[in-house]
Amino acid sequence: MNDSSSPKKYLGQSVERIEDATLLRGAAPYTDDIPVPVGTLHAAILRSPHAHADILSIDVTAAEQRPGVHAVLTGRDIKALTEPFLIVLRVPLDQWSLAVDRVRFVGESVVVVIAEDRYLAEDALEYIDVKYRPIEAVIGTMDATKDGAPLVHEAAGTNVVSRRDFSYGEPEDAFAKADKIVELTIDYPRNSQTPLEGFVVVANYLPGDESYDILSNFQGPFTVHPVMSKALRCKGSQLRMRSPAYSGGGFGVKQAIFPYVVLMCVASRKVGRPVKWVEDRLEHLTAAIAAPNRVIEAKAAVMNDGKIIGLHFEQWDDYGAYLRPPMPGPLYRQHGIMTGAYDVPNMTIVNNLVMTNKTPSGMVRGFGGPQIYYSIERLVHTVAVELDMDHLEIIKKNLIPAGSFPYRAAAGALIDSGDYQQALEIAERDGKLEDLQERRDEMRAAGKLYGIGYAAVVEPAQSNMGYLSTINTVEERKKAGPKGGNVAIATVNIDPLGTVSVTADSLPQGQGHGTILSQIVADELGLTPQEIIVNMERDTQRDPWSIATGNYSSRFSSSTVVSAQKAAQRVRAKLARIAAQTLNVPAEEIDFVGGQVFAKGNPENTLRFSRVAGTTHWSPGELPTDMAPGVTETVTWSAPELEPPNDKDQINTSLTYGFVFDFCGLQVDRVTGEVRIDRYVTMHDSGEILNPLLADGQVYGAFAWGLGIALSEEFVYGGDGSFLSGTFADYLCPTAPEVPEPQILHMVSPSPFTPLGAKGIAEGNVMSTPVCIANAVADATGQRDLRLPLSPSKIMGLIDDDEPPAPTRAASEILVKSDAKGGRGVTGSGSARAPAAIQTVWDTLLDPVKLAAVIPGCHQLDLVGENNYTAEVSLGVGAVRGRFTADVRLADLDPPNSVVLSGGLHGPLGASSGMGKVTLTASGESTRIDYDYEVVVTGKVVAIGGRMLDGASRVLVEQFFRRLIAQIEGQNEAGNSAGSWLSRLLKILGVGR
Amino acid sequence: MSQPIENQKQQVNFTLNGREVGGSAEPRKLLSDFLRQEMALTGVHVSCEHGICGCCTVRIDGKAVRACLTLAVQVDGRRVDTVESLAHAGELSDLQKAFRKHHGLQCGYCTPGILMSVEAFLEISPKPNEEEIRDMLGGHICRCTGYTGMVRAIKEVVEQRNEPVPLIEV
Repeated sequence: MNDSSSPKKYLGQSVERIEDATLLRGAAPYTDDIPVPVGTLHAAILRSPHAHADILSIDVTAAEQRPGVHAVLTGRDIKALTEPFLIVLRVPLDQWSLAVDRVRFVGESVVVVIAEDRYLAEDALEYIDVKYRPIEAVIGTMDATKDGAPLVHEAAGTNVVSRRDFSYGEPEDAFAKADKIVELTIDYPRNSQTPLEGFVVVANYLPGDESYDILSNFQGPFTVHPVMSKALRCKGSQLRMRSPAYSGGGFGVKQAIFPYVVLMCVASRKVGRPVKWVEDRLEHLTAAIAAPNRVIEAKAAVMNDGKIIGLHFEQWDDYGAYLRPPMPGPLYRQHGIMTGAYDVPNMTIVNNLVMTNKTPSGMVRGFGGPQIYYSIERLVHTVAVELDMDHLEIIKKNLIPAGSFPYRAAAGALIDSGDYQQALEIAERDGKLEDLQERRDEMRAAGKLYGIGYAAVVEPAQSNMGYLSTINTVEERKKAGPKGGNVAIATVNIDPLGTVSVTADSLPQGQGHGTILSQIVADELGLTPQEIIVNMERDTQRDPWSIATGNYSSRFSSSTVVSAQKAAQRVRAKLARIAAQTLNVPAEEIDFVGGQVFAKGNPENTLRFSRVAGTTHWSPGELPTDMAPGVTETVTWSAPELEPPNDKDQINTSLTYGFVFDFCGLQVDRVTGEVRIDRYVTMHDSGEILNPLLADGQVYGAFAWGLGIALSEEFVYGGDGSFLSGTFADYLCPTAPEVPEPQILHMVSPSPFTPLGAKGIAEGNVMSTPVCIANAVADATGQRDLRLPLSPSKIMGLIDDDEPPAPTRAASEILVKSDAKGGRGVTGSGSARAPAAIQTVWDTLLDPVKLAAVIPGCHQLDLVGENNYTAEVSLGVGAVRGRFTADVRLADLDPPNSVVLSGGLHGPLGASSGMGKVTLTASGESTRIDYDYEVVVTGKVVAIGGRMLDGASRVLVEQFFRRLIAQIEGQNEAGNSAGSWLSRLLKILGVGR
Repeated sequence: MSQPIENQKQQVNFTLNGREVGGSAEPRKLLSDFLRQEMALTGVHVSCEHGICGCCTVRIDGKAVRACLTLAVQVDGRRVDTVESLAHAGELSDLQKAFRKHHGLQCGYCTPGILMSVEAFLEISPKPNEEEIRDMLGGHICRCTGYTGMVRAIKEVVEQRNEPVPLIEV
């Protein structure tokens, strides 16, 4: 499949990366390392603590007065200066770069402060007073589809903002004549590969031509460029997007930077200075994006021999609070290949697009694949269980037959090449499946929970830019005009000294694209990769770009490389003609080896490569008459197979389709619930391999994230929408001790649709590994309904072995029992004994001055009405401390016996509301205080301190009573210097006052 | 509320990558920000800023330390080494070369911190086995590589550094 004119010396070899010498020195300029214009200011963003609330008022006057602050922007400014973002659907889901009038998820941007430096900008956030009126939030995907559910966007009239039915083949017949119908419901969680470098934007408004110059780590796709320019009310050419050559990981996620690009453009325009914003980790985890969580009802129509004759999927894909372009890509990117690796001609699909009060969904590695393969491959395993057949046999019985490629799948994918049966044979043999099966028998005989899992996955690469139009009906598509293709661009340039440089449109995020381009160009021109300078920066005002430009859906290895090779071949052809003239031989006889250009039949008579190339600059008059001077060749390429969807709603969603077959053996620990992977084998047919070292690197990396998806990673929300995974202590990324080394196997079925024959390889394992592990856990435990991640606590719930009772807590003078109910709610009750008469205790509780001294962290307490106080308090959970305003009301007063306290706290770190009842009972000389409380907390404090919230509230309540007792004792001490034993004990411990 | 503490900068004198340097920092300035913004050592990468990911790891008096959990004023009078100190006379160190050979890095964002931890670790534990290597790497998060390449690289460096120096027969 190779139309190159030169034998390959470097392509296909494990060439070391040209990027690494810079990266290993710590010398690679990432976006935050690049110098900014003089006078650049820094932005910090205040975010919503509520999942759903009306913004009643925003008071920024105090913040504007803070040192170093230049401006404070709210949704009102944004609404005046920008348009809402364009979306794929004709549904009113207005969305801006700051919340306008209403917040719809925890972490939504509400106010931006622009100041001299980031420290001062963050300081000023604490002086912004936002008043919210919380509205009931809807969090569960299926809850959002129910009648009467709170509406995320009232104007849309529903939370299911798109629903489409698809039918391929004769699905009714298939399900009618099936021997058995196997059903499974999947609830796939939210997660993300969370690049270690966050978003960085430097925006500079240039008043001369009213343009915006942006430096950011945006990774494409540039379909989003018009979304930004439309929002900014400028022409595309007035929005200059520059991306640096190095990025600290992308995985698709850095597509989601675009609302911040628009926000910082407005900020720069407002202050008349460049503005820089660097996302922090909490902001990233809370508010960047997640892969959509998805509920899937899957059904298979099966015959008793294990043949699957029909499939049905109804999907509810959860996009969170806003539908940000290019969403809902994950719901449709797999559409053509929804039958997976199987030859099933009959299928129905129902796609529902659901809005909830969670962080908007976005692009993450795999892009819809992990969700759909989790349901297909769990379903196939369930078919095996229900038919009491071997899982591997069911897979084999249904695989697309060898020799039928290119194969048109039911929903339209044109699978280019492959031999799935051979792949399985190699994997079984070289992966030593029999040994693993023996081990399973031995382990089970020894009473262990041991399972083997399988997964077969077709890995799509290079997306058809028209697939998302499948969401529209045939009539709507006709009106809008056809969309398809995927334009790739690369340039090869030679300077007057004969040195070669390459640029391309792939915006690499660490994969080593520069190295592969250098291999390709070096081979064509008879040079070494080290002699080729590759610059992967992109600048929309200086470099050619297209809507497909960017790094996503594994488009590099089947598209950008093609443009680069074609450009290098044009350069070679041009130089060959020049050399042919000098050497007086036909151009076809010219060869390029080792920096020399010569006639194949006469290698002694050579010209230096640099000399031939230099001629085009130094003496263009010597060139053949029809030849242009200089050497700059730019090639654009798009594969013809990427057609728009047809009238039957069939769509060839991608250009190439690789094949992945995984199996693994694992043990489930009966005591700890831990999953221990014994051996993992992953077989890949990714067409031609451009660089084996780098290809395996992609497999290892995808495998590690797949393992994280399977066992530990999830963005968790409380029932009210509070976000509970705001640190890397809550969102658990696998580390080296948890990630075993998988055995990687390869075979090569070159793609006939791309000149280098290479398919994608970087996404397969994020599709195969989660479900392969889940199938093995299902095999080990005999359980069918598994929800990822399979954490030890979840596994313990599945295997249902008896757990020893928890140790009892020693009783103390102050006893606080608390009970953290799922999410952010904390309830508790307890009692304390105060060494004073009941009336003294009562009077202390109701005296604002004394109460101020008792409330932990209280700076000031004011009586604002009868039995209504406001207080300024500083509180902290874990490493987070902040200032809050408290509003406390006393009700149901029954002096001196009982009182009900209610109210709430709000501040930049979050908000809480709660209620507590305090009952006093005289008991000899002292008073017994009983209390119970219920507090709900939301905002930053929960996202990063959720694990500690329960303990922290207990400590706060303990502190309150300790100080109350100390306060009362202080009053007593005038006449009783001895004090109580408790007071003395506290003093010894260093906490008494 | 904490009052802004500008104009309260303190002098910080320390040894940075073998050179005596000085600068001034507000008491609240993180060492990671100070090294990046004042000392222009942008090889110190910032990712989680809560001490878990390990990207910002530097060596303080030889020990591997999170620069994001250290204040700049704390390094006064001490020795700080960053990734920029590893290559000598323009040549990559054995560890850096091994990372390149075994594809122990992709985006490279976690790499400087990992290299600093590995160097500190191999000083204390010159002959670790794979389990000990993985355990040490457990203090870092890498999202790209799955750790395989870096484990191979470290194992190779351990072998190379423990090869007996050949004795010359007299």
